[in-house]
Amino acid sequence: MTGFFLSQIQGLDPLTSDEVLVAQNVFFALIALVMILAALKMVTTENIVHAALYLVIVLAGAAGMFILLGAEFVAVTQILVYIGAIIVLFLFGIMLTKGSFGTEEGELRERNRMAVLVAVLIVAVTSGSFIDSFRDAELNRQAPSTTADIGDSIFGQFIIPFEAISVLLLAALIGSVVIARRDQ
Amino acid sequence: MMIIASDPLLSSDIGFSVVAIMLLKVVIAFALLMVSVMLVIWFERKIVADMHNRVGPSLAGPWGILQTLADGIKLFFKEDLLPERADRVVFRLAPYLSLVPAFLSFAIVPIGGDFTNGGDGTVSIFGHRTLLQVADPPVGILLFLALSSIAVYGVMLAGWSSGSKYPLLGSVRASAQMISYEAALGLSMATVFLFSGTLSTSGIVSGQATWNWNLVSTGFIPFIIFVIAGTAELNRPPFDLVEAEQELVGGFHTEYSSIRFALFFLAEFMNMITMSAIAVTLFLGGPNGPILIKQIAWVWPILWFFLKVMAFLFTFVWLRATLPRLRYDQLMDLGWKLLIPASLGWFLLIAALNIGEDRGWSTFLIVPIGLIVLSLAALLLNGAIKKAKDSSLHAADLSEISEGVDQ
Repeated sequence: MTGFFLSQIQGLDPLTSDEVLVAQNVFFALIALVMILAALKMVTTENIVHAALYLVIVLAGAAGMFILLGAEFVAVTQILVYIGAIIVLFLFGIMLTKGSFGTEEGELRERNRMAVLVAVLIVAVTSGSFIDSFRDAELNRQAPSTTADIGDSIFGQFIIPFEAISVLLLAALIGSVVIARRDQ
Repeated sequence: MMIIASDPLLSSDIGFSVVAIMLLKVVIAFALLMVSVMLVIWFERKIVADMHNRVGPSLAGPWGILQTLADGIKLFFKEDLLPERADRVVFRLAPYLSLVPAFLSFAIVPIGGDFTNGGDGTVSIFGHRTLLQVADPPVGILLFLALSSIAVYGVMLAGWSSGSKYPLLGSVRASAQMISYEAALGLSMATVFLFSGTLSTSGIVSGQATWNWNLVSTGFIPFIIFVIAGTAELNRPPFDLVEAEQELVGGFHTEYSSIRFALFFLAEFMNMITMSAIAVTLFLGGPNGPILIKQIAWVWPILWFFLKVMAFLFTFVWLRATLPRLRYDQLMDLGWKLLIPASLGWFLLIAALNIGEDRGWSTFLIVPIGLIVLSLAALLLNGAIKKAKDSSLHAADLSEISEGVDQ
């Protein structure tokens, strides 16, 4: 199905900026709706495994958004990394350590208040920075980002930030191994 | 929009006939996969029976060929049990999470089409030229990896949602195994991408049109790693710890019955066929082969593809009948300490050779230097593993002593 959509997008003619792309808008609205509903269910559900599964729906929706933008490499990477690895690790953690998760009423209410505060702050900061940096810029539909383009820019223009992030991740990895080791 | 190796069917105007061809391709792929699963299950039972010196299924149809159909019909009429402690929604969802990725990943495999002599692998249907595969996305093989990482959910959630002990243990084992071997699988595929320069399956196949199969040009090692990691990814013997009957009853699907159990079975064999097809596409030139009779030229690529896939399927069955199951720590050792470093090292060596070719360095210099660096790295890794094993053994001894003191 995904493959079918991918090839559908390739088949579309490049659009001029003032043309309204009905199908894309319809799919955007559908995916956005599903993502919002899943995100709400994720924070309200009692069952922590269900919460992780709702998060999967949200992330899959994000991958769908990338496909709508013609960035199929980013979409597949999103599925591979977030759904295929990170949430699986979450589930592992939940299944192997299934202990009591504090469900006392007062504590929960306190935590909810903090969560709402943090969420509002994050939304404000990210949307503020997005609006500020993109303002009237429009997506260039003529140049979809192919895998080769992304590879070239990561290992050319952005090589230093890329390597810096790699070293950061390696440090985090080694740090977690050191913390997890108990035999010293 | 310039996208390499895209299906010519979709580059023209999309009218009724194009949609009809797409639907036809989807239906054919679906039917093909279902029928092959039916036959592969029979094939496996028959071959294993032969190797065990038994008769095997023999009553339903000629040579028992309809045995799977009979089993499927029987499973349909069985009672569908839902364990009392199960998580109802997830329990019902899990089989489909196994099945759907298994179906989808077959969509990117080109099963025919002539790529030799500058052919682009397309065939003519109703006046349209099209590839013999359901979809040819530019991210091709990555899509296969993404789908196989989704398939982990089916196994994991099936075990968890059953609400009992053995399925949970089986599913934790299974998902740990699938995640571990996915890395080796991906790295061995990456070596192929270095040669093909594209991720698209039809591009990879057309890069092997002149008998220059990736099996030889990548130097056999990635192929061997791919087959081992693929067998582990499929949870097939000798890596079938997931359903080690002596330890785990039936593994993650212990609590499943009736048609839901059949769905897991279907997904398992479908994955086996798809993995064989992907291996053929990546390493054995896909449908490429000699065209022997010009009048029926379109038949030959499909025939070659079929024969190559059959060879793989036979190998999987052969392994099952021959090899004993690994122990869990042996499985993890093989994956993390041998396959991943080996595939990574080989990938680096091939990459160095490729760069050397671009820059005009001498191959006779790169190969020895590369091999020396790699063997140094292997020595270091071995030393580290040995040290870690010694110190953990030492720690175990110490704790045993202190336990003795406590008593």
